[in-house]
Amino acid sequence: MKVNIEKHEDDKEIYVSVSGEIDAYTAPKLREELLPLTEGKNNVITVNLKDVSYLDSTGLGVFVGMFKQLNKNDGELRLVELSDRLKRLFNITGLSHIMSISDNAEDVGR
Amino acid sequence: MKQVMDYVEMKIPAKPEYVGVIRLTISGIASRMGYTYEEIEDIKIAVSEACTNAVQHAYPENQVGEVIIGFGIYEDKLETMVADSGQSFNFLKTKEELGPYTESTTVDQLSEGGLGLYLIETLMDEVRVLNRSGVTVFMVKYLGEERENHDKATSDRETN
Repeated sequence: MKVNIEKHEDDKEIYVSVSGEIDAYTAPKLREELLPLTEGKNNVITVNLKDVSYLDSTGLGVFVGMFKQLNKNDGELRLVELSDRLKRLFNITGLSHIMSISDNAEDVGR
Repeated sequence: MKQVMDYVEMKIPAKPEYVGVIRLTISGIASRMGYTYEEIEDIKIAVSEACTNAVQHAYPENQVGEVIIGFGIYEDKLETMVADSGQSFNFLKTKEELGPYTESTTVDQLSEGGLGLYLIETLMDEVRVLNRSGVTVFMVKYLGEERENHDKATSDRETN
């Protein structure tokens, strides 16, 4: 069980692809890799969750942390290509009202 | 109340790397019992959340204890018990601080933890907590009415 993180940056945006299972064991690695990306001013980060096969509150916590930090720094977080399962989690926790989530790959590879 | 048909128990070190092992186990048990894919995923999350709470709250750093997970397998339901025998956290008090985020929640109010217990309550049919010499969480998930259609559902799923 593991999580893989791939990052691509251009001068405008940061793209991150996450795959695998995000739980109490792997969430700290994800946080460690992703949180530093939120520190700059005006960063726009797109996180593709297409290949995330498992997510629970520990993973939601990582994205909430990123979202808060980006908001503070006038940046933006976009979560894209969520499976129905993942969307359901963001819906029942109410996070979908607050954060930008999408089941499409919009903005990816633009 | 129907009698328990089978009981399975596991004991894991209170370390996050073992939460995934419990997830695999519960997935196997729930699948054998005939739950749907969606139900199995819900059960996996709820049981993982309980194990995560036990692993993260029960023992201070440098002190690894154990978490016991019991599965009561009935004809019409699955009962799961997650017990840490270490230090307890105040489940009911913690529970009061939980809940879904609403549109009026400000960014500053967003909490990075605490959603776990909320998810357990939302995803399972019954949840009971015993907070005495450690925390024990009991969770029940009933088999749906569609059980008789399970074989069909399974074969549909497998062809997808």
